Amino acid sequence: MNELVKIYDVAPRVRKYVVHTPVVSKHCLPGQFVIVIVNEGGERVPFTICDFDREKETITLLVQEVGYSTHKMAELKEGDSLYALVGPLGNPTDLDQYENLVLVGGGIGCAVIYPQAKLRKQKGLKSDVIMGARTKDLLFDIDEFKANCEHVYISTDDGSLGTKGFVTTVLQERIDAGDKIDCVLVVGPMIMMRNVAELTRKYNIPTVVSMNTIMVDGTGMCGGCRLTVGGETKYACVDGPEFDGHKVDFAEAMNRSRFYREHEDKCRLRG
Amino acid sequence: MNNGPRNKTLHQPAEQRIHNFSEVNLGFDDNLMMEEASRCINCKNAPCRTGCPVGINIPAFIQCLTKNDKDGALAVISEASLLPAICGRVCPQENQCEGKCIRKAKLGGSVAIGALERYVGDYGLKKGTADLKAPAFNGKKVAVIGSGPAGLACAADCAQKGFKVTIFEAFHKAGGVLVYGIPEFRLPKDDVVAKEIDKLKALGVEFRLNTVVGKAITFDELKEEYDAIFIGTGAGLPMFMGIKGENLNGVSSANELLTRVNLMQAYKDDAITPVYCGKSVAVIGAGNVAMDAARTAKRIGGGEVYIIYRRGREEMPARAEEIDHAEEEGIKLVLLTNPVEILGEEGKVCGIKCVKMELGEPDASGRRRPIPVEGSEFVIDVDQVVVALGTSPNPLMRKSCKELEFSKKGTIIVNEESMATSVDNIYAGGDAVTGAATVILAMGAGRKAAKAIIEKLA
Repeated sequence: MNELVKIYDVAPRVRKYVVHTPVVSKHCLPGQFVIVIVNEGGERVPFTICDFDREKETITLLVQEVGYSTHKMAELKEGDSLYALVGPLGNPTDLDQYENLVLVGGGIGCAVIYPQAKLRKQKGLKSDVIMGARTKDLLFDIDEFKANCEHVYISTDDGSLGTKGFVTTVLQERIDAGDKIDCVLVVGPMIMMRNVAELTRKYNIPTVVSMNTIMVDGTGMCGGCRLTVGGETKYACVDGPEFDGHKVDFAEAMNRSRFYREHEDKCRLRG
Repeated sequence: MNNGPRNKTLHQPAEQRIHNFSEVNLGFDDNLMMEEASRCINCKNAPCRTGCPVGINIPAFIQCLTKNDKDGALAVISEASLLPAICGRVCPQENQCEGKCIRKAKLGGSVAIGALERYVGDYGLKKGTADLKAPAFNGKKVAVIGSGPAGLACAADCAQKGFKVTIFEAFHKAGGVLVYGIPEFRLPKDDVVAKEIDKLKALGVEFRLNTVVGKAITFDELKEEYDAIFIGTGAGLPMFMGIKGENLNGVSSANELLTRVNLMQAYKDDAITPVYCGKSVAVIGAGNVAMDAARTAKRIGGGEVYIIYRRGREEMPARAEEIDHAEEEGIKLVLLTNPVEILGEEGKVCGIKCVKMELGEPDASGRRRPIPVEGSEFVIDVDQVVVALGTSPNPLMRKSCKELEFSKKGTIIVNEESMATSVDNIYAGGDAVTGAATVILAMGAGRKAAKAIIEKLA
């Protein structure tokens, strides 16, 4: 169970893991996530599902090496297995009512919006995509998006590919060009999701964001993932992970997401 | 008859135990056990039995103990409960069996039934699972959702009657609240919980971990494969107060603190899961979970820990023993006090603003209603706040099994005799039905459902 059948390098310190998991691959839909424990005794880490194959009984996870558990994951080889994997968790994306959907991905967030593009193509629904990253080496799967989206727009902070600037630069251009945009789905760093939401607010374009909060159980028990949406406390694991980007309190969410980074050197039992 | 007063169990001294997670209550040794067992009058009416949610034949097992017949005592308890090492530790005996004991008022105090049960339970664990084996398969399959006390009890009874039982558990370890909630120092995980669970495995119960029913497997799939389903998913979303500052860094639910420390073992030096350890901690609430959270915070942070509660000591819902233990460990009770705001600085907790309360007329619960005292606001300097005000039912079940009937509160509606839900062959029990309650009530519900399943299907 949970065997890593394929591992790809897609960008520096970013890998795709194709995991054999019959139960999850059978039931998962775009927008949902899993919780992984890499080794016995490890922490529970949420990852959004960025592709799945029901026939081969696999799901694909995109992992950026940033902390202890993702470093441990980087040590695993094809054929190794994850200690535990639970899912699919959270609610699937539900944006089929929008004809003209723009998918916006920032950095590894691009991988998270990919299954939505693929599923919409299969259902005969259109989508455009705006992919953004610091530099072109951090962008991947452009051809896959081209195969599934009407238009693929790219931005890089340094201008090494596509428009020089941010995803918001491109989104503003598309709005100015008169594109019909019924809804925007944006996945990426919180600051980017906030900036996109601030832009679309001006044009009253419904905007959905995917909140990658701190979590322990992922099933609505610990409350660690709570955030304020429209003045109400919501739980990313059972109420989300996708929320109305115009209603999310990003300042609070960003503060909360930093919490354990400040406590990386955990305190221990006193002597 | 032994006319002496009730014997006390051995305890790890408070000044020592606040530096470790080892068990606080060490139970009876052989001599104390014999002493205490001889205090039971073996009275005819045995009112203690009516106080036991699973109906253990208490005088009978204690009579075995007076003859030092531990196997006999274990056999008597096993007729009613497969998990005595757990129940002996965590049941609120003072309100149950011991609350009904006729020695309670005058004759030196109730017989320490819980401690005796624990003694027998631990003896059973030492014996291991060699005597247990799966009975012949009766051809019927039962799915149990959740491996907490309700699910374990239901599974144990069904398995003993020849059902093939599969328990589905969302976490990577079996035991539910017994492993994520109740701390190690009150209920050892490897030495007690895991060994009790091994007994179920020996009876042929299959555990499917990391599996969220409704997500990884649908109700329809379960119904197709199993003849009966028992839902013991426990309580769910932690409740917060809805006051300003609750989403500051340093504020968590008791569930989160306890899960990090118990299930994820964040108290250990080599743990990977982080936990925040404040130097001055306010725990809001006064139930058993609040006591567990406060005592855990004391052990990991080592600073001041306050329990803030809006009513008085009399009204505290926690077991008397837990409150005593907390106070012995230096935890301060701040009673007749209600938080009104959590104060923050740069996104982090720096204090809690409270108002003093006084008790007015009794409210719907029969307890005197706390009323704020005008102008009595004051601030306690804390850098961590843990909210232990209970939970509301998990929305997952409502979303994934729409045919089930739920109460307005979101709990599952059942027939209280059979624990049958509105859907044929689906039963439910434990906190998912009652809202947050006790381990033994959940086990009682699991056993009732098992009885109904056995009568209907065996």
